Amino acid sequence: MKPLFALFATLLLAASPVRADGGATLKAGTFDPPRAAPDFALAGSNGGQLKLSAYRGKVVLLGFGFTSCPDVCPTTLTTLAAAHKQLGVQGKDVQVLYITVDPKNDDAARLKEYLTWYDPSFVGGTGSEAALAAVRKSYGIVAKRSAAGGYSHSSFVYLIDRKGVLRALMPYDHPAADFVHDVRLLLASP
Amino acid sequence: MKPLRVLSLALVAGVLGLVAWAALAPVRFDSREEVFEIPKGTWARRMAGDKVEILPAQIRLTLGVRDVLRLRNGDEVPQQFGPTVLMPGQSLRLPFEVASTYSFACSAHLNGQMNIVVQPQPVSPWGRLSWRAAALWNALT
Repeated sequence: MKPLFALFATLLLAASPVRADGGATLKAGTFDPPRAAPDFALAGSNGGQLKLSAYRGKVVLLGFGFTSCPDVCPTTLTTLAAAHKQLGVQGKDVQVLYITVDPKNDDAARLKEYLTWYDPSFVGGTGSEAALAAVRKSYGIVAKRSAAGGYSHSSFVYLIDRKGVLRALMPYDHPAADFVHDVRLLLASP
Repeated sequence: MKPLRVLSLALVAGVLGLVAWAALAPVRFDSREEVFEIPKGTWARRMAGDKVEILPAQIRLTLGVRDVLRLRNGDEVPQQFGPTVLMPGQSLRLPFEVASTYSFACSAHLNGQMNIVVQPQPVSPWGRLSWRAAALWNALT
């Protein structure tokens, strides 16, 4: 019986929590290799043209949604607003851009009113259906009319670094702390 | 002791040892990544009318064991893969830290949605045993 006992004893000693061996630096999903974020020119909620390339030098958090979204967009924008606040002075180097998937209802004025409620620095983008569809296609965003009259749309947020490189995407429901963590890493990266 | 009795005892000991190992030994893999790749030529096959399925309807991951999803585009054209567009040769590494079911809009699936079920880390003996049994079942079916 001694060998059997020794086997059990060895197994007992070997039993330990499942190994954790590091992981990605960013909390978000990362692209390898990263590519230049597709540029776009839309009507901005700030009254001018919204061009992604105009924000070189800042980290851009890019999301897609619509102002009458009942759940996903309010959650995402609340999280982004909290992250922006938590970043403190670093927040000036971060720009949240939110592009509508519902141009029939979301003009620039409505986007401004909606986004200001979360954070006055957020900028929205709208345009023709064709222009918005082209932007969505370039980023792989899916948006479809739902039976309830709203939209079913991709819910993640893209992270674009200071050089305009599409570095990562943050899935829905990550806390503000994860955005803060990743934005600080991107701000610190050369 | 009769040979048959010795054989029976050895068999029982072997089964007990196997169960003990499955329940107590840490679950390990060389990599924590679950990799899905669009192979070269997929676009051409689709254009030819071949319905190529790359991603399963549901992807199951386990925290601390295999909790990173890697989607790779090995084809020669940009592809909508999972939640995003991937350029040729590009991959997306998506780590998970919270056990939950994640749904992504995904045009690669007929229902337009990709579900990723992230299970908790199997830390208890029963949890490890269940996890290994489920993994074995999945591998066999």
